Amino acid sequence: MLEKELERAGIPTVQICTILPIAQTVGSNRIVKAVAIPHPIGDPNLPADKELALRESIVDKALEALHTTVETQLVIE
Amino acid sequence: MSNKYRVIHFINQFFAQIGGEEKADTPFFVSDHVIGPGMAFQNSLGADFEIVSTFVCGDNYFSENSEKILPEIVEEMKKWNPDILIAGPAFNAGRYGPNCGAICKAAQEYLGIPGVTGMYEENPGVEMYRKNCYIIKTKNSAVGMRTAVPAMTALIKKIAAGSEEPDPEKDGYFAKGIKKNIFVNETGADRAIDMVINKTAGQPYKTEMIMPAFEQISPAPPVEDIKKAKLALVTDAGITDKMNTERLESARASKYLSLSIAGMDTMLPDKFCSVHGGFDTTAANKNPNVLVPLDILRRYVRENKIGSLFNTLYSTTGNGTSLKNAQQFGAEIAEKLLENKVDAVILTST
Repeated sequence: MLEKELERAGIPTVQICTILPIAQTVGSNRIVKAVAIPHPIGDPNLPADKELALRESIVDKALEALHTTVETQLVIE
Repeated sequence: MSNKYRVIHFINQFFAQIGGEEKADTPFFVSDHVIGPGMAFQNSLGADFEIVSTFVCGDNYFSENSEKILPEIVEEMKKWNPDILIAGPAFNAGRYGPNCGAICKAAQEYLGIPGVTGMYEENPGVEMYRKNCYIIKTKNSAVGMRTAVPAMTALIKKIAAGSEEPDPEKDGYFAKGIKKNIFVNETGADRAIDMVINKTAGQPYKTEMIMPAFEQISPAPPVEDIKKAKLALVTDAGITDKMNTERLESARASKYLSLSIAGMDTMLPDKFCSVHGGFDTTAANKNPNVLVPLDILRRYVRENKIGSLFNTLYSTTGNGTSLKNAQQFGAEIAEKLLENKVDAVILTST
């Protein structure tokens, strides 16, 4: 709902979340898949360098979504 | 000894035959007569009911003075010892509808008596008061009086008899949204499987819960140049300052927070935590950057990968948040971001 209101105001917004079907059904326009519910942008089970790489890749996907023209819904996994 | 149900009927200046719009400022008064549509109600209700008084108030007078006069109206209602309140019906009238709803709500709240009114589906009074009183579905103008009156009186008689629970579908009123537990023979699993089989086979089925239909929003145009963009961070992961000074809720959030991240290169665990009641916050409280990637984004600003970061983090708890609240928070945050010329948002959810 938050994502939609921001997009409604013309602000491109990417939602990073784990449970994609919820975001898809509610109708977020730009969605990036997160790692897990308790740590969407992180993974404490990974060694520090691998975790950083993972975190950066999610942020990069988010920035890509913001930069992409979307017709209806964009989901990046 | 009269055992009749005592009824109060509330109407506006038009139905009281005082005048039209020019008389909308008619102050509240009480008559011991049955007036206007009250006569149709009295006839339809029959001998077991008696409209003991008619309360009249101009649409504007009520709307503009409701805080002052509702207590007066309540005190006046008490004097008549009513069992039931009938208001309107208001059809599609935009002031009359909410006024009928307000007086019905007051009757239930302060006198413990049911209020029955009638409105057209687009009347703003429907969404405002459907939970507080019985709003019979009517046509959109007084042309519908002939069907509204019998529908309202049928419901009133049912309520008075007390042997059968009113039902929005059977009795023709706007569902109040109250869930009542009942026992049925088949288990939920059986009923769900039956529904799935019917749905898959293209056979009719009836949902037990009506799911909200979500509005589609056209996607916003993309950011043209990310390297120049001003980004903002929003989260529904329940982030707060360590002491949760504004008491953000763990569920059913009633608010969102505007947290300063000015001068911060990272989300420090001694400054921030999550109060979200819907997931294990251990990892997040050790390193809140896994909820809000401030560390990476600050670095990206330094590396010129993005233009800048807005220094307020908006946070709420996305755990059983009412859709209405979520929508309102989103709209308010959007306004603030537009004021601050933010180009794009990263929203993190758990």
